[in-house]
Amino acid sequence: MPLAELLMAAMWICLTAYALFGGADFGGGFWDLIAGGAEKGRPQRNLIEHSIGPIWEANHVWLIFVIILTWTVVPSVFAAVSSTLYIPLTLVALGIIARGSAFAFRKVSQKLWQQRLFGGAFALSSVVTPFFLGTVGGALASERVPPGIAAGDPITSWVNPTSLASGLLAVATTAYLAAVYLTHDARREGDPALAQAFRRKALASGVVTGVLAVLELLILATDAPGLFRQLLSMPALPFAAVSLAAGVASLILMSRRSFLTVRLSAALAVTALLWSWGIGQYPNVLPGLPLADASATESVLLANSIAVLIAGILVIPSLWWLYAIFQRDQSANRH
Amino acid sequence: MFVDVVVQVQPLDLMAARLQMALSLGWHIIVACFGVGMPVITLLAEWRGHRTGDLNYRLLARRWARVMGVLFAVGAVSGTILSFEMGLLWPGLMGVYGEVIGLPFTLEGVAFFIEAIFLGIYLYAWDRLPPRTHMLTGIPVILAGIASAFFVVTANAWMQQPTGFDEENGRIIAVDPVAAMFNPAAPPQTVHMILAAFMVTGFGMASVYAFAMLRGRRDNYHRLGFMLPFAVAAAVTPVQIGVGDWAAHFVANYQPVKLAAMEGIFETQRGAPLHLGGIAVDGEMQYAIEIPSGLSLLAHFDPNAEVMGLNEIPEDARPPVNIVHLAFQAMVGGGFALLALSVWMAIAWKRRKDLPRSDWFLRAVSLSGLIAVVCLEAGWVVTEVGRQPWIVFGVLRTSDAVNPAPGLFYGFILVSVVYLFLTVATLYVLRRLAKDKPIPLAPQESDVTGYKII
Repeated sequence: MPLAELLMAAMWICLTAYALFGGADFGGGFWDLIAGGAEKGRPQRNLIEHSIGPIWEANHVWLIFVIILTWTVVPSVFAAVSSTLYIPLTLVALGIIARGSAFAFRKVSQKLWQQRLFGGAFALSSVVTPFFLGTVGGALASERVPPGIAAGDPITSWVNPTSLASGLLAVATTAYLAAVYLTHDARREGDPALAQAFRRKALASGVVTGVLAVLELLILATDAPGLFRQLLSMPALPFAAVSLAAGVASLILMSRRSFLTVRLSAALAVTALLWSWGIGQYPNVLPGLPLADASATESVLLANSIAVLIAGILVIPSLWWLYAIFQRDQSANRH
Repeated sequence: MFVDVVVQVQPLDLMAARLQMALSLGWHIIVACFGVGMPVITLLAEWRGHRTGDLNYRLLARRWARVMGVLFAVGAVSGTILSFEMGLLWPGLMGVYGEVIGLPFTLEGVAFFIEAIFLGIYLYAWDRLPPRTHMLTGIPVILAGIASAFFVVTANAWMQQPTGFDEENGRIIAVDPVAAMFNPAAPPQTVHMILAAFMVTGFGMASVYAFAMLRGRRDNYHRLGFMLPFAVAAAVTPVQIGVGDWAAHFVANYQPVKLAAMEGIFETQRGAPLHLGGIAVDGEMQYAIEIPSGLSLLAHFDPNAEVMGLNEIPEDARPPVNIVHLAFQAMVGGGFALLALSVWMAIAWKRRKDLPRSDWFLRAVSLSGLIAVVCLEAGWVVTEVGRQPWIVFGVLRTSDAVNPAPGLFYGFILVSVVYLFLTVATLYVLRRLAKDKPIPLAPQESDVTGYKII
């Protein structure tokens, strides 16, 4: 049974979920950052806080699963990636600390200067963290992380055209997803002006994301020709095409104010993008290292498949309930 | 699966990596303890509030829930950092053995997920769910918190007693993940850690209210805020001392080198003495109070039992004796001091169904949280430093596991600065939370806002 493939797929599902849910939380921080002065930005910040508050902890856990599944399923890959890319990954880790704690601190702060301080830390790290995560993705995609501990260059592995473009694309994507989700949240909370504001933001960031995605593709053509060729051939090509189509469709849906449908198409665009990369790179996990050679022993794969199955059974309904509780119309409950 | 660690790591970088891990883990472990203990105590208060209709309990539950939210957030992020650091600092460990200890971490991930989901519901849905349902959403938080602690500590226990795998030329050829998870060190270590979490939480929370009572706030609200967590901690403490004895026997049988370092035994001997205090100088314990044959008796129930000394192993394979010995003394000493508090309380309660009258009791309790944290950290130093120079006991040296990339030292400085900020901010926010009038968590809060205490 191709357990290694199944578990890598599970890992990729977690990565996708992290991009869609955790990513949107990061994007919330992006909009928080540019919402303007304390008074002017308050309604936006309140909406962001209100939407993220109950769910961000859960959304964050997907990342933990990505990390754990990597070291369990392909331990040598985990070692290679984290030892070569320790600089951007350390910065990601610090960004996660700053973001999560500052968000919690701001919520319980009452003085303006504290809210500004913690809010600033939250917002800034919300932009910095996906950027560095993006550079890590770019480093892997452009085959700059060779197998072996600390075998790659600690600097050029992540400071290069593909990585920097991926970092920007990651930030733009999170901002776009957040704007898309928040538009509907604002409408549901009965604030048409705010919904309109986020609709404009979604359109703008959607266009920027699209441009960056095309730019990324052009950079890949020269900087990472291997992946570029794979993206434009089977079996990755359909995914890349779906991503493009869903992206364009989202812009149309957003301009026509289909705020609920656009959530799906925007999520589809991001999902297809990630999967085209993953499938394009398969069967290699690192340059010259196919999954079959990198994967853990069969007994480990079996035990972890069972654990992942348990995770699915326990987590998915719980998560569904969590979202259901907080997506319900709440204006009726307001005092 | 090819991992070559031949690059020579700089000693400074190795030390930096160890200190960074110690800092992040030592920080996280305190917050994680509250993550295990606080949901239980908070839910107890909420339940008592529903049962008795006493507003004090309901207000306490609300306040504690807010603190829990903050601590869970910093616990979640500081825990995430650790999973990064497993690879950033110790790729030589994870690259080979990541798969062997992957299972408990995956299960821990499941538990953490459940905890995060239900905590989100518990903290934010007071007004969206009926009271009984709301209370029930706290149960998964409790179970997941305890399960998390269990799974993570089994992985650490594996590093003490690695089992469940076969290795050939640095390559793992067969793994029994279940045997690795349920390694011999897992039972005493997990139980000891989970009880420690309840002690840290209980004494920590009681400290806050004891301090307030000393300053004259002796109303029912503060009394209950003191009694509930203290009762939990006081009940756990004697059990913990028994479990600690079990854990020590385990170490005596499975990790005699660690025991020798804990007790400062340099020569293998029958009738080994117990050293109270003291410091190791040139391979000898000095200034210690010796209880003849005490160690042999305690560790092996036989005053003539042989206890292995550090002389049996080469010098470069010995843990640093003074750190381990001192930490062990601190843990045991602190544990007995806390036991004394439990007993003091038990006697007073038996006599007159009330707290001890002396202010010295409250003074001692206001220090108890700190003492519990010191015990926690000291116990963890014994476990981890006592294992050195091995990262996986007898299998892999720490120096062979560390990331050979240059510049770890600067990473350590950066991380230390961030943790300093994090510590200051966390303490400040917690202090504010303790002083603030509770701002409503949810609209339903109105039932407690009219209460005179706030």
